[in-house]
Amino acid sequence: MIMKKALLSVNNICKSFKKENAPDLLVLKDVNFTLYEGEIVALLGRSGSGKSTLLRIIAGLIKPSSGSVIYRGKPLLGPAESIAMVFQHFALLPWLSVLQNVELGLEAQGLHREERRTKALKAIDIVGLDGFESALPKELSGGMCQRVGFARALVVEPDILLMDEPFSALDVLTAENLRSDLLDLWQVRKAKNRTSGMIFVTHNIEEATFLADRIIIFDSDPGAVRAEMPVLLPHPRDEQALRFRNTVHDVYKLMTTEEKAGANTVEERYKDIGIGYRLPDVNIAEVIGLLETIEDEGENDTMDLPELAESTQLAVDELFPLTEVLEVLRFAIVSQGLIHITSAGKRFVELGLLERKSVFARHLIRYVPLARHIRQVLDEKEMHAVSEDFFLKELAEFFSEEEAERVLRVIIEWGRYAEILAYNYNTGLLSLENPS
Amino acid sequence: MSDRRNTFLVKEHISGLPNRWDLLALLIILTVFIALSHAARQMAMPYQVGEILPISLDPSHLPMYALRTVLRLIIALFFSLLFTFIFAAWAAKSRRAEKIIIPMIDIFQSVPVLGFLSIAIVSFIHLFPNSLLGPECAVIFVIFTSQAWNMALSFYQSLRTVPADFREAAAMFQLSAWQRFWRVDVPYAMPGLLWNMMLSMSGSWFFIVFSEAITIADQRILLPGIGSYIAEAIIQTDIRAEVYAIIAMLIVILLYDQLLFRPLLYWAERFKVSQTIEEDPASAPLLTELFHRVKSLHWIRLYFHRLTNVFINNRFCNHKLRHKPTALNNTRRYWHNLLWNIGLFMVIGLTLYSLYRFIQQAVTLHEVLHVLFLGLITTCRVAVLLVVASLIWVPLGVWIGMNSRATRIVQPIVQFLAAFPANLFYPLFVIVILTYHLNVNIWVTPLMILGSQWYVLFNVIAGASTLPKDLYFATANFGVRGFLWWRKLVLPGIFPFYVTGAMTAAGGAWNASIAAEVVSWGKTQLVATGLGAYITQYTTKGDFQRIALGVAVMCFYVLLLNRLLWKPLYTLAEERYSLTALSEA
Repeated sequence: MIMKKALLSVNNICKSFKKENAPDLLVLKDVNFTLYEGEIVALLGRSGSGKSTLLRIIAGLIKPSSGSVIYRGKPLLGPAESIAMVFQHFALLPWLSVLQNVELGLEAQGLHREERRTKALKAIDIVGLDGFESALPKELSGGMCQRVGFARALVVEPDILLMDEPFSALDVLTAENLRSDLLDLWQVRKAKNRTSGMIFVTHNIEEATFLADRIIIFDSDPGAVRAEMPVLLPHPRDEQALRFRNTVHDVYKLMTTEEKAGANTVEERYKDIGIGYRLPDVNIAEVIGLLETIEDEGENDTMDLPELAESTQLAVDELFPLTEVLEVLRFAIVSQGLIHITSAGKRFVELGLLERKSVFARHLIRYVPLARHIRQVLDEKEMHAVSEDFFLKELAEFFSEEEAERVLRVIIEWGRYAEILAYNYNTGLLSLENPS
Repeated sequence: MSDRRNTFLVKEHISGLPNRWDLLALLIILTVFIALSHAARQMAMPYQVGEILPISLDPSHLPMYALRTVLRLIIALFFSLLFTFIFAAWAAKSRRAEKIIIPMIDIFQSVPVLGFLSIAIVSFIHLFPNSLLGPECAVIFVIFTSQAWNMALSFYQSLRTVPADFREAAAMFQLSAWQRFWRVDVPYAMPGLLWNMMLSMSGSWFFIVFSEAITIADQRILLPGIGSYIAEAIIQTDIRAEVYAIIAMLIVILLYDQLLFRPLLYWAERFKVSQTIEEDPASAPLLTELFHRVKSLHWIRLYFHRLTNVFINNRFCNHKLRHKPTALNNTRRYWHNLLWNIGLFMVIGLTLYSLYRFIQQAVTLHEVLHVLFLGLITTCRVAVLLVVASLIWVPLGVWIGMNSRATRIVQPIVQFLAAFPANLFYPLFVIVILTYHLNVNIWVTPLMILGSQWYVLFNVIAGASTLPKDLYFATANFGVRGFLWWRKLVLPGIFPFYVTGAMTAAGGAWNASIAAEVVSWGKTQLVATGLGAYITQYTTKGDFQRIALGVAVMCFYVLLLNRLLWKPLYTLAEERYSLTALSEA
């Protein structure tokens, strides 16, 4: 095997956010990987897996709590001139024209006016926006804005290009079009030795498989590398080809299989969730809808995850939180890229609206410790009413303030649906009785 | 192909001879320039305290007076901007500076501006003896204090909320601190800053008219300007001059609106951070329209671009950031902070103590209580005025706001009225009070809110017109009418806007009390019982201890009301009744 030259390596990176009066919040734990020359690496994971944080650490925008980033043999201490970034929401300055936006990085390098202009015009030409130089970003569509984003990054001749979910704010067709254009650009630049590596963050499995030479899959909470998978398909890749579909399926499998032995049953996996369990931010109606879809379309109450994603039009980022809730509530089991409805789940789907609520309430109290805890506190209090601040304070031990508010909001929503609690927005009181 | 590269320069703008619009534009620029420099030259005339500059009531002098008034305002605005750029930016960048600057600005905001006019005049006369520059600077300083605070706060807020995306992009592309400030921070803050500049300017007309003619320690100082012209008219009981002054003011405010703020606001549109183009963009104001037609201006613009380029990208201001591997360690940081805080508290303590000593020299506790009582009376006045103004303007404002045609017509007029210095109308009221022998304590009261009531109307109109049409339709559909309609739809709907308006109006009324509780016409002087009158009377006598006491008490009341009444109402409005908060949740 040919020895590949390491371009940038991430060594034992940990990142935790400091909190007052509570243990630090660990976002990234012992992350290691290396980007080799001439390679595109995808960081794939669900939201909350810290992949965006990792990208910002690589960019030098955030400092890691421990560990180091080594770029071409030297530690990276801050944003570097030869590493450029493309942002999810473009981050174009709305008061600057397309041309001025593209010139931004060159201005910082102290280039002369004429030189800046020539280079920027060329970059705009390359991304196909010739004629839009004097337009303001708000006159452009999302796809065109991201092209400006690419031009702005490429014009500084970056050695490494970082991209934070660059296509996720675009519609499907635009994203597809831009992805293949990006690949073409990359081939040209690689051949000329002008850009030697690319790292991008995504939660879209197809996108990762389409673009990357290697996919690094992240676990969430705390974010850590779960698996690495090379994608050996030649470019240009055909998304309908059987080999491509198989690769996609393999990625799904990697994302849904626990490497720990014995942790493959739901009971094992969600046995130790406590009050500090990070409830996914999902809507009950969506959870039930998903369950109904699997029941309808699956064979023997079992369905292939890629197939499910396609049929529901959900991205992984939206799908996985839903399947997680189904698992926590013991309505379904996910493993090896398949999802299977349990007998409880099956019964639940067949019930009517009101009976569903009571089954849901039973499962919620039994399997979600936070719901159980809130119910207990409410039962014990004399007036059967407690201020939300009480629970927020308890949750603050596990989460940041924002996250605690989010988790409480989610459990209140679920609890209201299950009719195990009532909540008054104005007073912030949680109580047992529904208002008479 | 090669000239297509330059399409963004728009060819016809580059070549071509000057047209008639060029001539007109040149004329306007030159006129403004010559007029301002002429007025500026007269500011540094020799002057002795006690000398009274003759003010002529001949209307032919009015344009010159108006010009000098405007010039003072513009100079003050310049310093307010300077202050904003330096101190607000400093507060936004440094934690420690923030801890001092922001609370200070917050307090300064509630200090009655006119209260420390006398103190300012005395200090500036010492600074520039034997020159008119002393009183001139004092007035400008007072105007500055009426403008700077909300501009600085708005700028600071904007800097603190620059979106993470922009910050990261700036860091990623290695912008220096200087480049980032001008390329990212300032443009982002621009719409808010301009809006606050407009508010400030509107408020300052009132203050400048008051401060140009002031009696302090029995010395009458008249600075040539519209304010002095009116003061002179009052002394000579000349109603015709009064009317001239009002007309002159009308024209001046119209001009400043058209020449300065319409173009600026139009220009600031591009700084708004929204991804969509507005469906109905504001049409270009007259001046902008004119300058769009000027050909030679494009050369100037090109030159201007070059200038900004040099300004932002020059080598002196741009140093590469060095990334240091280690930061200050935690224990040392702790000690730094501790020392800093101790120092801060000592300074605050000392200031309070010296203020106490200063006042205590001349004033007994009994008098302090009396002044507190006077404050209570003025508070009552402000409260009653707010209620009355609300009863009148809320129904009217809602009616206007629901009718989009009426809104389009009325809104600019109200904006204009808010800028118009209400003290020009005071003499007219005094004449009425004198002819009908009305109770001074009651009938002087409306003067306080004459200028600031428009803020209530203005905001209510804005609230009623932004309330979603769907809600109007829905309530109509369900037959909600009468009192129920007010209670369930309109009042909660306009609440956030109303609170903003009422808060601004109350602030204005407090400030106006100093000018409104003592009014005169010719030799007769009407004095109402109240804190404002107290401050004004001792200003005339030059009793600085009592001025300080009065100002401190007023400050205390305003702060108290802000903390106990307005802030909670504001929070309630933001959290409960804000329509945007609803849609985000």
